[in-house]
Amino acid sequence: MVNGVECEADVPSSRLLIDFLRYDLGLTGSKEGCGVGVCGACTVLVDGELFASCITLAAAVEGAEVTTVEGIAEEGHLHPVQQAFIDYGGFQCGICTPGQIVAAKALLDTNPHPTEGEIRHWMMGNLCRCTGYYGIINSVAAAARNNGAAR
Amino acid sequence: MIDFQFHNPASLDEVLELLDRYGEDARLMAGGTALVLQMKQRFSQPDHVIGLRGVAQSNGIGTLDDTGDSIRIGALCTLRRLEDDEQLRQRVPMLAETMSRVATRRIRSMATLGGALVNGDPNQDPPPALIALDATVEFTSSAGTRTCPVEDIFIDYYETDVRPGEVLTAVQVPVPTEDTGAAYLKFLPRTADDYATVSVAAVVTRNADNTCRDARIVLGAAGTTPVRARPAEDVLRGRELSEEVFRAAAETVPDAVDPLDDFRGSADYKREMAGVFVRRALAQALSNAPAPYGSRLG
Repeated sequence: MVNGVECEADVPSSRLLIDFLRYDLGLTGSKEGCGVGVCGACTVLVDGELFASCITLAAAVEGAEVTTVEGIAEEGHLHPVQQAFIDYGGFQCGICTPGQIVAAKALLDTNPHPTEGEIRHWMMGNLCRCTGYYGIINSVAAAARNNGAAR
Repeated sequence: MIDFQFHNPASLDEVLELLDRYGEDARLMAGGTALVLQMKQRFSQPDHVIGLRGVAQSNGIGTLDDTGDSIRIGALCTLRRLEDDEQLRQRVPMLAETMSRVATRRIRSMATLGGALVNGDPNQDPPPALIALDATVEFTSSAGTRTCPVEDIFIDYYETDVRPGEVLTAVQVPVPTEDTGAAYLKFLPRTADDYATVSVAAVVTRNADNTCRDARIVLGAAGTTPVRARPAEDVLRGRELSEEVFRAAAETVPDAVDPLDDFRGSADYKREMAGVFVRRALAQALSNAPAPYGSRLG
């Protein structure tokens, strides 16, 4: 299951999840940065858990539910995290953004009202080389506030 | 990455069968955070990879059980799961805290406790913490089960005493007694998600008169395996717990470790920092221990 859609495919055993998503399914939102699980650009959710798709075998997550940045908007409305990144300038070149947004969504799913310290600790694994981190932290904090307003 | 045959067994019995059939040609994969990297870099080129994701629901291999005196942690519990586990945070806070210091949340969501042990990487955080807590591991094979102290499985750099046909199925962690304090310190001069330049797990048990009944001090990134600082433990036992005694214990540490030179520091620097961090870890462990009876009255 990828972004709520059942999908069946035969892949070589060595096919990485990031390549499966990008090349086999055409879901090019997730990016491959470092290729060793450190930078966070390839972050996706597997059964709701943060995963580095660049060091995950596609075959190993057979039967699981995979969510990428393409799958988090609901009914044509941007996810509050996506909207906040636009409103608060949480990105510049955009390469790290899909991973940032998936990681931030997972944080708010787990902890709807994180403190700034909790945001920093959680988002530590998603590197950004241009905007800097204040815009990102402000965006996540704003999404958390909107989260509260929506409930 | 070189292709291999991927197996996705649904039970532990199937895993054991596959291991017996393919022997040295097979590698087990839990979270894959270590193995996939090793395969990408062609350090490891197995013909068969046995994925364990489908097994996590069976045989208590993915659950955590409080048995009173100890906590049994299934080997497929992710580090994230242990970091968040309320029971573990209350019963063995040092261990839950150690988990939260490993790499990033994303890696902790994938990596498992069993994987962190059998990989035999001397820079990892869970091994020193578990050895300091006097934990034991359980291996299962088609011949039965075998248990041994966590300390005994580390042989050399990335080499562990996992025997043919065996799967590490659980870790048993004794719950520290009330008069025990524990701490895990990680020296991270570069980034917060890095391996430590040196790390220290310390567990100190004190008597009512504030003397040391027992101490276990284990270092990570201080040799080709986790390193137990036995001379420092010997200095502490029977002595009154004080900053001065911690200093004397720490002085024995540089000679007890044998770190490797790398970009996180020279061997000499790590040796010196090992002493500094042992002293700090002991002070932290003591401050985490309940006050002795005498001083509670005051």
